[in-house]
Amino acid sequence: MQFGPHLILALIEGAVLSAALALMASGLSLVFGVMRVVNVAHGEFYMLGAVIAALVSGLIGTPALGFIAALILAPLTVGLLAAVADMTILKRLNYDPDRTIVATIGLLYVLQQGTLMTFGAVARPVEPPFNLRIALPWVGPTDTGWGLIWPWGLSVTTYKLFVILAAIVVIAAIRYAMKHSRVGLIMRATQLDRETAQAFGIPVGRVYAGVFGLGAGLAAMAGVLVVPIQQAHYLMGGDALLLSFIVVIIGGLGSLGGTIIAAIIIGMSDGILSVFFSPILAKIIATLLVAFVLIFRPDGLFGGKRA
Amino acid sequence: MKNLTLHLGLIGVLFALNWLLPAYQQGNIARVMVLATYAMGYNIAFGYTGLLSLGHAMFFAAGMYGLALPMVHLGVPAGPAFLLALLSGGGLALVVGLLALRTKGVAFMIVTLMFAQAVYLTIVLATKWTRGDEGFVLPQVARHLFGLDLSAPSIRYGAAWVLFSTGLLLTLWLVRHRTGRVLVAIRENEDRASLLGYNAHTHKLGALIMSGTLSAAAGAGYALLFGNTGSGFATVQYSILPLLWVLLGGAGTVIGPFLGTLFMFYLIDWAADVTDAYMLIAGAALVLLTLYAPSGIAGYLRKRVWGWLA
Repeated sequence: MQFGPHLILALIEGAVLSAALALMASGLSLVFGVMRVVNVAHGEFYMLGAVIAALVSGLIGTPALGFIAALILAPLTVGLLAAVADMTILKRLNYDPDRTIVATIGLLYVLQQGTLMTFGAVARPVEPPFNLRIALPWVGPTDTGWGLIWPWGLSVTTYKLFVILAAIVVIAAIRYAMKHSRVGLIMRATQLDRETAQAFGIPVGRVYAGVFGLGAGLAAMAGVLVVPIQQAHYLMGGDALLLSFIVVIIGGLGSLGGTIIAAIIIGMSDGILSVFFSPILAKIIATLLVAFVLIFRPDGLFGGKRA
Repeated sequence: MKNLTLHLGLIGVLFALNWLLPAYQQGNIARVMVLATYAMGYNIAFGYTGLLSLGHAMFFAAGMYGLALPMVHLGVPAGPAFLLALLSGGGLALVVGLLALRTKGVAFMIVTLMFAQAVYLTIVLATKWTRGDEGFVLPQVARHLFGLDLSAPSIRYGAAWVLFSTGLLLTLWLVRHRTGRVLVAIRENEDRASLLGYNAHTHKLGALIMSGTLSAAAGAGYALLFGNTGSGFATVQYSILPLLWVLLGGAGTVIGPFLGTLFMFYLIDWAADVTDAYMLIAGAALVLLTLYAPSGIAGYLRKRVWGWLA
């Protein structure tokens, strides 16, 4: 294949990764923004979403039905689990930054190892609900001069397009709700000043539990969307957590807009970086980049000044 | 005085155990002493100075590979290689400290986590020399120090005891020294300590270098005494374990890291017999400790029984 079609393929893969990453990192960013909690167990909520999807679609034979059931059930279950964890653990720690990080590290191991005990160590695939291949055209020399050609292998599946579309819809809905709905107003009030919000009768405890659940639910949804492309495995949370950390930090901690821009940049460049460097070297560069951004530009590359 | 008696008593008991323990437990306690040295190193940063690092595995690994790589590839003898290990641990701590100490709190945790991840990936990248995940075994002939064969069970126990006792006495000396008190002052209230005229940044950097060097000594000791290396020792898990040991034993106490390592070692050892998912125990312990016993075993003893415990 020529360079051009190759690039198009890399860009499509990058866009799918960006979409999943944007969804997952939005959850992490939301939790940090409203609650000032760094949730190290976020990757495990993503993993749980994928694992639940594998289990549900295993129970329901039809791929399409199973997928729809998983898309509803997984975020709900995981969100509920996270809300319970918030009320029983994080709330009792009074959201002290150091202690919540240690507790979420503990939660990470409990969820990951609990999955190992029940789900097992094997990776399980999930059949996508629909998977039509659409061939894409490219401009090249034909018998009658320059025209459209259809290079072999240059294609995109409908499922991948659906993942991108789904992520856009969900993120747009959340941004709209944050700006224009009553729930969003309450969340923003809690974010701005927890004590004043409490004084105005906002049930801050319930808002926190809800936000933590929503954040985890977004990660779980990303897990469900990715599992027909990737397979479900109990260790898949680690890399996903690292990537979302990178995205959230580069985008500016707690800024949703910056998070999405960063998700697109990181998702797109992940494939391109791997072309030039070995994947491990690319990871080293990315982790060092995060460290240096935190040291020298703690508000992120796109964060600007925040109040 | 009571403090000195207690700690010397512990050192004495551990010394005597060399002749009392059955072979299997002798090996276990030797391992616990080396890992407890790592925990004591971590404790200097976390327990006494309040620097919650999530990346100490990089110092442990710096010691491990700082010793093992020159020994295997350059044929350096064990003694000088151990010094090289201390230098690589301290040097890495200096560089990491100069950068990471510009941040505080959550940012400091993430920065140390990322640096440790970069070190881990570098070890994997250099598979040609480090053999990556699989690691390599230090040849038995090289594992000699002052003419003693460090792979012989009794001598290995003795060497682990020397390493552990040195670490313990150094920590005890540090925390009773002026510098140690300044570190505690910084942990409790950095602004106030600065206001009193102490240079908080220099003290924190010094604490991190001491902590990194002691952790590296433990990593080098581990490679030398048990003969194996591997990138697994540089993973996040090995950054979380000392945190767990110190929290369980009691952060900011000299004896706590040993108690925590001892209990957790046997707990995980027991759990590993029952299930593959033995890290579940570690996770549950972390959650329960932060919830119900943030001051750990020694912290509890200090509060209720021994008010004088350092």
